[in-house]
Amino acid sequence: MMVLIQLAITFTAISLVAIGGANAVVPEIHRRVVDVFGWMTDSTFATVFALSQVAPGPNVLIVSLVGWQVAGLAGLAVATLAMLLPSGVLALTVSRVLARHENSRAVKIIKVGLVPVTIGLIAASGLVMARASYTGVAAMAITAGAVVFTVMTERNPLWALAGGAVIGALVSYFT
Amino acid sequence: MTPPDATAQARPSLGALFLGFAKIGLMGFGGVAPVARHVIVEDRRWLSEQEYAALLSVGQVLPGPNVVNTSLMIGDRFHGLLGAATALTGIMAMPLVLLIVFATLYGTVAENPIARAAMAGAAAASAGLVIGMAIKMARKLKPGVVALVFIGLAFVAAGVLRLPLVEAIIVLAPLSILAAWKFGK
Repeated sequence: MMVLIQLAITFTAISLVAIGGANAVVPEIHRRVVDVFGWMTDSTFATVFALSQVAPGPNVLIVSLVGWQVAGLAGLAVATLAMLLPSGVLALTVSRVLARHENSRAVKIIKVGLVPVTIGLIAASGLVMARASYTGVAAMAITAGAVVFTVMTERNPLWALAGGAVIGALVSYFT
Repeated sequence: MTPPDATAQARPSLGALFLGFAKIGLMGFGGVAPVARHVIVEDRRWLSEQEYAALLSVGQVLPGPNVVNTSLMIGDRFHGLLGAATALTGIMAMPLVLLIVFATLYGTVAENPIARAAMAGAAAASAGLVIGMAIKMARKLKPGVVALVFIGLAFVAAGVLRLPLVEAIIVLAPLSILAAWKFGK
């Protein structure tokens, strides 16, 4: 029971500072889970992180997996809800306020002003991901191919992922 | 600003909302952002590029996972709180189940060199999808000079200089809004 309360408090706090999304607070999650509470070792946390990246779904799944690791199904439920509810309530409140003042000049300017920063940050996270996944010329070619695929077509992104996986496997098999 | 995309459709039913977000959750390997944009803007046409960019931006400056925030807002916009809950369940439910399956299998898969190479290849592709998404959004939204400057600043701050996202957003978001106010029509 104690551990569930600690999970709830930990992730409620993290939820409200997670500007930039779940991946932005991974270091903070690591600090609390490994250093403060000692719920898992460094290497278990690394596996948890890797898993949350490999599995389909939002990056926030890392929180669910930490909860599961710490306290089973109850831990998974508590950690996930604690991470999603506070920020979710805030997002809905802000979104409703913005919708109510949709036609005001201030709201329009705020939206127009935020979009470029968002696009720049998305491009930046793509670059960070490309660097992290760089293992050689083949990886760079796969990344470039996926860029072209996205820009030139409206097809399902899953095709690019499947293509990347197949090429990655073939290259390693024949070299 | 260009006028909203005329092809954006009327509001989806709760069932359609659930299925659309379930698709996003299930196909979101290596991050859901590219596939979320694909489903919402290109596949289901729930929102125009402009509307989606605006909602995603609000989701990004607020705390919490961006795409989850955006999903909640889209669900709420079409069907109120029930819609928000439906979108959230859609995007989270199947991935949570699969996550447990993955967690059980991971040990065996991670040992296999071919499987590792395939995962590395998919990771390289997902990086390309994210870069491509940014390029595509920028092309469709036709930013002016001021907007281009802020796209560049955000990219350099977070991508090249690797400043923490929170700092980049806290500094750049207000400046960009100020610039939009000063130089906007």
